Amino acid sequence: MSRLAPLLAGLAILALPLVPGVPPFWFTLLNYAGLAAIVVVGLVVLTGMANIMSFGQGMFVGIGAYTSALLTLHLGVSPWLGLPAALAVAGACAWVVGAITLRLSGHYLPLGTIAWNISFFYVLGNSDWLGRYDGLPGLPPIAVFGTPLLASEQVFYLIWGCVGLSVVLTLSLMRSRTGRAIRALKGGRVAAEAFGVDTGRIKIVAFVYAALLAALSGWLYAHVQRAINPTPFSLNASIEYLLMAVLGGAGSVWGGVFGATLVTLLKDQLQNVLPLVLGAEGNFEAIVFGVLFVLLLQRAPDGLWPLLTRRTGAPPPPAPVAAPPLPPRRAAVSGPLLEASGLRKVFGGLVAVDGIDFSVAPGEVVALIGPNGAGKSTTFNLVTGVARLSAGTVRLFGRDTSALPSRAVARLGVARTFQHVKLVGTMSVIENVALGAHLRGSAGAVRGALGLDRAEEAALFAEAQRQLDRVGLGALRDRPAASLALGQQRIVEIARALCLDPALLLLDEPAAGLRHQEKAALADLLNRLRGEGLGILLVEHDMDFVMGLADRLVVMNFGAKLCEGPPRVVRTNPAVVEAYLGSAA
Amino acid sequence: MTGAPWISVALPLSRLAALATLPRRGGKVGAAVPSKTIRTRHSAPPEPTSRTPRPVDSTILLLLVQDGVVNGAIYALIALSLVLVFTVTRVILIPQGEFVAYGALTLAAFEAGHRPGTVGLLLALGAAAFVADLAAGRHTLDARSLGAIALRDLVLPAAIAGATLVVPEKPGLLVGILLTLAIVTPMGAYLHAVAYRPLEHASVLVLLVASVGCHLALTGLGLVFFGAEGSRTPPLSDAMIPAGPLVVSGQSLWMLALTAAIILGLWTFFGLTLIGKALMATAVNRLGARLMGIAPSMAGRLSFSVAAFIGALSGILVAPLTTIYYDTGFLIGLKGFVAAIIGGLASYPGAALAAVLVGIIEAFSSFHASAFKEVIVFMAIIPVLLWRSLRSHPVEDDE
Repeated sequence: MSRLAPLLAGLAILALPLVPGVPPFWFTLLNYAGLAAIVVVGLVVLTGMANIMSFGQGMFVGIGAYTSALLTLHLGVSPWLGLPAALAVAGACAWVVGAITLRLSGHYLPLGTIAWNISFFYVLGNSDWLGRYDGLPGLPPIAVFGTPLLASEQVFYLIWGCVGLSVVLTLSLMRSRTGRAIRALKGGRVAAEAFGVDTGRIKIVAFVYAALLAALSGWLYAHVQRAINPTPFSLNASIEYLLMAVLGGAGSVWGGVFGATLVTLLKDQLQNVLPLVLGAEGNFEAIVFGVLFVLLLQRAPDGLWPLLTRRTGAPPPPAPVAAPPLPPRRAAVSGPLLEASGLRKVFGGLVAVDGIDFSVAPGEVVALIGPNGAGKSTTFNLVTGVARLSAGTVRLFGRDTSALPSRAVARLGVARTFQHVKLVGTMSVIENVALGAHLRGSAGAVRGALGLDRAEEAALFAEAQRQLDRVGLGALRDRPAASLALGQQRIVEIARALCLDPALLLLDEPAAGLRHQEKAALADLLNRLRGEGLGILLVEHDMDFVMGLADRLVVMNFGAKLCEGPPRVVRTNPAVVEAYLGSAA
Repeated sequence: MTGAPWISVALPLSRLAALATLPRRGGKVGAAVPSKTIRTRHSAPPEPTSRTPRPVDSTILLLLVQDGVVNGAIYALIALSLVLVFTVTRVILIPQGEFVAYGALTLAAFEAGHRPGTVGLLLALGAAAFVADLAAGRHTLDARSLGAIALRDLVLPAAIAGATLVVPEKPGLLVGILLTLAIVTPMGAYLHAVAYRPLEHASVLVLLVASVGCHLALTGLGLVFFGAEGSRTPPLSDAMIPAGPLVVSGQSLWMLALTAAIILGLWTFFGLTLIGKALMATAVNRLGARLMGIAPSMAGRLSFSVAAFIGALSGILVAPLTTIYYDTGFLIGLKGFVAAIIGGLASYPGAALAAVLVGIIEAFSSFHASAFKEVIVFMAIIPVLLWRSLRSHPVEDDE
């Protein structure tokens, strides 16, 4: 399959009305598929990219449809004026709903959207001004150049034009800085926040974007059907949208369009066949859909599109382009970069970190060592604002940052890697690294979707390439991050951290999983960074590596500091020897 | 269509009136039981009776609270089973509502002298579970485990189906209830084997989508087996006990008593029996429990069976109060979810108390704004979600 395939499919669809003898019903069906596809493209952004599951897309379709219907009915305005209103109202509703529900962890969010969608249905069905369950009939058709679009064949171009527009905007958005931040949510919120992404805000952006596409579909539906009632905006419709995304493959926009078309055609066939087989009327297709849902999740969790095209859903990263280097962010720092005093962290009854003090100066490598469970990674999380201090203070660059969230700490110039690698496995290596430069760009969702961010993107990617070359993995730029060996993924994390242009670098077990030569290369790199004036704090278990590299060691045991000093002093400290090897007695 | 919008689990005043005039079993009017109500789907619901705002005097207040508590008891049962299944298997059991409907409609079929369609479904699900169990155990299968699987998945449903053939056409309420529970309870285990065990290691979100799939399929099957008509069943007791200004029906006492018995039973089961403790251990730490030799598939099967049992029992309890359609269970189940979520999907007493609260909110909102009853009940979780989200740490990686 080449990249031409979707283009050819699109052309085939466009040529369909030119073929004589095609029954009009085909167009009606394809129109339904197109209307669904627009919604599902938004759902792909939510489910496949941002890891947000919504059972509420039907509601936003309905908000778009009812907004435009009310305006055109009561104010007599053109549907073309109904469109911006539909988008605005749906976007505003999505922002409010998102602000309330999106901060919830995993499963609460879909349950919350179920509650919203059910309530919406009953509000529609019980409000006089919304026409109750009978809905609103007699809506005006959409007119183009004075010609009202009435026949299925006429509307066909409008609907599939909107599908094409949604796909292009979405692909462009997903490739942009905002899109990378959205896709980074798949790798976990902690990693995204560590590079300055406001994940709460970026989730709302994705949610509003999906709602806008849903509202566009609703607007089209209202003026194509020219009558609306609550049923097509019920929870069941939302569930069907999700089925389309799961069936096609939520990882790619094309998979969404494919799934929407397939489910629409399948539903039509089932509605013809099942009542004959079962000898009764009813929405029996739910049985097939339900079984299909479960089978897909069990057998093809990524949907059919990747199976058919043998491609991962992720769009390929941009080709390398020459671009001027990004301006450095780092200001000259005097005095210690990091001063931690009296750090304490309590989880329930467990004191994980108890009264730790240490500091890191520019051009200094400090290593935090200690047996497993000594509280090293927790200390990292306290310093970077991932975990809240129970007591004590963290000062970064002379400023008290104890209460700052990790994205604000990143903004000060602190970058880190993780003990358990947190890359987005489906995203290419270079895009993962470019996420590190998130704070060095400024393009938002609108600039990204419209493709007005080219110069900035080129600069960000040039920087990402530079850092990737620097750690020696430049040749792997286009590979999906998940395809790399674990040791290489750790190095990719270092490149990502360097992209932030940090003054202080925190590395959590960077040498784990590396071969001897790779370790030597890593030590070499860290030495050079030290030479450039970076402060480095690292947690490491490989004593040879640490002893050869660190200027100072801080030894932790059971959450408390055992001792501190240069490697040769620590090595002979009896308390340290006892902690590692046990007492002689 | 989402559920049946105009079905109410509780329309307090009209329902109390209905309860007072419930036909006596065996009497002349009893021939009309179970009443079949034919509803045209996709038609507009009847206009809610518009009520002029009236002062809420203490009698009405008491009536509403009584009504809320009785409905809350049903929601509490469902909420408890949802918390049980979620803590043990991480599955958000959306299809629990279908077990409620299956319970009610199976009993109604017995009462009407039909062979309930769920018998065929039980046999089919058992056969599917047999295949799934063989596939899951293909590496460790021996004659003994094969026999155990066949006994569980093929012989048991066949025996239950045989029992429905042996009993008289109208087996009587007690036998009907026992058969109903026998038919629906194993479906929980079979559903787990077929749909959820292959997804044992999937995320909560994937399991949730699978649940929605199961809900769709089971609702559709309910339509196939029971048709679009709704049914009611006779009450467990038609006693009417005057209590001050109120009249307490025997049915509501049964509901409260059985809810209390189930809660007590669950408490005993978890606190005192080894297998209950094994389930608790799985809920607290799945890996740890596994290392201690507690098979997650056993824990899943058991918790799903308990859930199906409680679901069917809830259906049996609620069916005399309101007409149950094949898709009514969904809304009832979701209200159980509202309660379970208010309780954080983790706490049994929290879920039970929240369920009573949901029942009372529903009773009051159906009195004051009956058209927007569902909206008020479902939106009640939003402030709870908001409170939880404000309390939660802003950045945590989901499991």
